[in-house]
Amino acid sequence: MDSAASDRAGRPGHMPVTIKILIAGGFGVGKTTLVGSLTEIRPLRTEEPLSEPGAAVDRLDGVERKSTTTVALDFGRITIRENLVIYLFGTPGQERFWFMWDELARGSLGAIVMADTRRLADCFPSLDYFEQRGIPFVVGVNCFDGARRYRADAVRSALDLDPGVPVVLCDARQRASCRDALIALVEHALQVLSRRKEQAAAAAHAPAR
Amino acid sequence: MPSPDDHWLDEEAGPVVRPYALTRGRTRASGETLDLIAIITAVRGVRVDPSSLDPEHLAVLRLCRLPASVADLAADLDLPLGVVRILLGDLQERSLVAIHHPIPPARLPDVQILKEVVDGLRRL
Repeated sequence: MDSAASDRAGRPGHMPVTIKILIAGGFGVGKTTLVGSLTEIRPLRTEEPLSEPGAAVDRLDGVERKSTTTVALDFGRITIRENLVIYLFGTPGQERFWFMWDELARGSLGAIVMADTRRLADCFPSLDYFEQRGIPFVVGVNCFDGARRYRADAVRSALDLDPGVPVVLCDARQRASCRDALIALVEHALQVLSRRKEQAAAAAHAPAR
Repeated sequence: MPSPDDHWLDEEAGPVVRPYALTRGRTRASGETLDLIAIITAVRGVRVDPSSLDPEHLAVLRLCRLPASVADLAADLDLPLGVVRILLGDLQERSLVAIHHPIPPARLPDVQILKEVVDGLRRL
């Protein structure tokens, strides 16, 4: 009798718990850099050939119709302990890849929305996306060299954020700084989830009238 | 000047076999869409007839002798996610892999695990 095999098949507690966190924000805001700073392995990338949805708006001069295009998906991994692993996925920045977001966002714990103070508006679509779906997120203001520094509360009011949404200043090239942004997100998600559980429990126990 | 006989079909030329040729033109797996962080494990103790599978199927089976996520498999095999999902669907149909779906955070039985995540991140 192969006890190892039966262990593996019969005890779900031995399966890894995987947590998905998205890194969102506009094109060129530092998502790939942040994933690269945090991942324990080389940043991974998978190419996804796409047909119709991207092709419709992916016009190139002189090309009547482009049938396929590819989208690269950056991702990284952080092992917290055996059987507890975080996966970070950078969301495709260009708007034409938006349909991929739903698949990425499904079952995710939350998102870090990266913002560049020189082009804050680039992160609006990401903020809208996560707000509308009730997915917990924090805003990570990437402090680019040469960009004027703003205080977190100035960024918060410029973005018209809900008071509960944390804003963290970070440097996507610095591992410790990225880690702090990630901690802020997990703590925020923990609060949001706990509050929702309490509300659900209160609703379930409310006396029926 | 490079002669025409030089290796023109180098790495920059990209894959020589179009990815979806591996799946015989199929672009969707038969079952539900596998989450990127679903964990795949090769089922042990099953006799596999290598001639009944493509090399890519066998490569997937080799990689998931230890549990591996769908995203990891795609990156390690350097294949598009869609292709990996189809290969996994084939293997699942033959009961050669076990698929462990991730628990959505909203349905975690205990949010304490997230406190463990925070503590773990602080130690990084």
